[in-house]
Amino acid sequence: MIYRETGQFKASYAADQAIFRLVEDRIGMGAILFLAFVVMPLVGSQYWLETIMLPFLIYSLAAIGLNLLTGYAGQLSLGTGGFMACGAFSAYKLATAFPDLHVLLVLVLAGSITAAVGILFGLPSLRIKGFYLAVATLAAQFFLLWLFNRVPWFTNYSSSGVISAPPLAIFGDIWVTGFEATPVAKYLFTLSLVSILALAAKNMTRLKIGRAWMAIRDMDIAAEIIGIRPMTTKLSAFAISSFYCGIAGALWAFVYTGAVEALAFEINVSFRVLFMIIIGGLGTICGSFMGAAFIVLLPIFLNNTLLALGLAEAVALASHLEAMIMGALIIFFLIVEPHGLARLWQILKEKLRRWPFPY
Amino acid sequence: MTWKSLSLGLAAGAMVLAALPELSAAQEKVQFIPSLVYRTGPYGPNGEPFANGVADYYNLVNERDGGINGVRIMFEECDTQYNNDKGVECYERLKNKGPTGAAIFSPLSTGITYALIERALADKIPIFSMGYGRTDAAYGRVFPHVFTVPASYWSQATSIIQYIGAQEGGMDKLKGKKIALVYHDSAYGKEPITTLQKLKDMFGYELSLFAVAHPGLEQKATWLEIGRRLRPNWVVMWGWGVMNSTAIKEAAAVGYPMERFIGNWWSGSENDVKPAGDAAIGYKSANFHGAGADWPVHRDIFTYLYDKGKGAGQRDRVGEVLYNRGIANAVIVTEAIRTAQAMYGARPLTGWEVRDGFEKLDLTAERLKELGLEGFMQPIKVTCEDHEGGGPVYIQQWDGKKWQRISDWIPPMRDVVWPMMVESATAYAKEKGIALRDCPQG
Repeated sequence: MIYRETGQFKASYAADQAIFRLVEDRIGMGAILFLAFVVMPLVGSQYWLETIMLPFLIYSLAAIGLNLLTGYAGQLSLGTGGFMACGAFSAYKLATAFPDLHVLLVLVLAGSITAAVGILFGLPSLRIKGFYLAVATLAAQFFLLWLFNRVPWFTNYSSSGVISAPPLAIFGDIWVTGFEATPVAKYLFTLSLVSILALAAKNMTRLKIGRAWMAIRDMDIAAEIIGIRPMTTKLSAFAISSFYCGIAGALWAFVYTGAVEALAFEINVSFRVLFMIIIGGLGTICGSFMGAAFIVLLPIFLNNTLLALGLAEAVALASHLEAMIMGALIIFFLIVEPHGLARLWQILKEKLRRWPFPY
Repeated sequence: MTWKSLSLGLAAGAMVLAALPELSAAQEKVQFIPSLVYRTGPYGPNGEPFANGVADYYNLVNERDGGINGVRIMFEECDTQYNNDKGVECYERLKNKGPTGAAIFSPLSTGITYALIERALADKIPIFSMGYGRTDAAYGRVFPHVFTVPASYWSQATSIIQYIGAQEGGMDKLKGKKIALVYHDSAYGKEPITTLQKLKDMFGYELSLFAVAHPGLEQKATWLEIGRRLRPNWVVMWGWGVMNSTAIKEAAAVGYPMERFIGNWWSGSENDVKPAGDAAIGYKSANFHGAGADWPVHRDIFTYLYDKGKGAGQRDRVGEVLYNRGIANAVIVTEAIRTAQAMYGARPLTGWEVRDGFEKLDLTAERLKELGLEGFMQPIKVTCEDHEGGGPVYIQQWDGKKWQRISDWIPPMRDVVWPMMVESATAYAKEKGIALRDCPQG
């Protein structure tokens, strides 16, 4: 009744090609953006902005990156953590070697370096597929972490191997890294970046390049026959995916924690991001956000709820319960909706169109 | 579909519940002390006795003395699982609780300490990383809010080398000797390397490094190399958790003599040697506080807590090395708060007021005796410039049942490590654009 396309006519190609073709969708998206950009900074406490929203946004960005590669181009990758580390360490080297470099430039350059590394590790994808490719990308994960752990040049010869972000300002004295940065500045900076990159990713999947990725994913031989070059398509997917992961890693190190060691990007991170896109929905941008919310936010909510309700007296019990409930929920969602939360959302929208008179 | 809607409803309900504003703490005269612990996760078995020691001591102060000068301690644990992200989340969750916010944070993990140093400075909350964390943070002019008493990894490394020197018959005998370092491949494990290399240049021993990847269950190749090919005169270990007992077992398997195998203070608890069984007899480790439950403070803990069923852990585990380390941590925190109360009055203090007190902390031998801890640890004195104090360590040896103290207190080579700390901290200050704080002389 409230959500239907009847009567919404498209009079131009532009209107027909819009991302949100229904006015209800546009209102909904506008409301989400309004909530995120205006309401959240006004009402959110520091705990909310810095420890709930920041990791959620950064993981969402990494999930978008992996989704482009795995969900859209069909190349299974377990190297996300390694690429994030690559972004973090290149950003650190750039920011310390050129202290005057603007923070945006640092991030973009770090992303570009990671993209180049991604292309290098994407080369095996030209010959191997599926699980074998996953093993090859696993090599990226272990090699990159080993490199940053072993070669002291990457950490500016720090005795402990920890890099710590120098203070950087977006303009004037609005700091986004370092201890002078306010939570609101950090949050808005990350949110803007993630929004822009998510929009870019969404559009990329609707352009020729995204359609080429999907063609390769669905059947690479057929795609080759209709004139899609596997090499450029696969490598571009690796490059762009790594670009996103690299920026996510740099944001993680610079804006979120402020100091990281290479171990912060260990194999667990790769798995977490992979689970995010599997639970959120492969081949969807909004699924990346939903998956990140599920994996990052739900444990925090569970833990806080268990403690607040007094269901768990001891913190150890709360942690154990949290792990158990999380595991049960993951299995549950995969059984009822193997295509992820994004598909659930889509079904909900279809139901909504027929509501209240389903047939 | 009904299942789906039910689950969606449940998820939404959980989120709404979690978003409810937290009930504010009772506005009574309490001092809030957050406690970052890990009772779960890969290092949970080690975190547990430590957390119990801390909890028991705070409860003891409340039950026996009615708090610190009448200000009761309110403490809340948060389980970090030794995970940096969770640690940061716990920090943010707890930092504003209580009437005056968090008094002080003990992150209980080198990685979490690194992640919190800048945040805590912005929030004006001190950090007490006792025997872990960022070593050069001992330089109070750069890090006003970080305390690393009684000793850092660098100091500890010099003490261990001095012990080895004494066993060899003098520091000059170290020349040409082979020493191997087996370390946890993380920020924590890498800390002693620069110091050991510096001492290598001074005393002319050969140093070989062996990194062990987290969690440290796979060390066969490492120990074959050490035991069969390199055959070092001494092995020093910077391990943690299951890595320690694995290393002891593997060392025994290649026949390396336990008497020449020295762990640091995180590699010398009951949890490390008991799983290795008889193979661990003779294994040595450094320590900066007593082992066993024979001090008056333990008697009080039994009387006031365990006899009344209020103990945090199991009665027979009171007095384990890591449990006692928890007590040491809690004692230093409460004494720092007491010192701060002498300056600002007996009321709940803010983090920065606690910091001021910590900087004036002078834990004398007499005071330790009053606390029922005579000989438990060495006196501690903090100054504006020196937040470490360069405390001594002793070497203990496992006899199959108990840790036996086998050396005197060995002070660190302060003349070697202090300039290194100052240099490293100053470089950090330069990189971050921090102006050095002035410290009054004397």
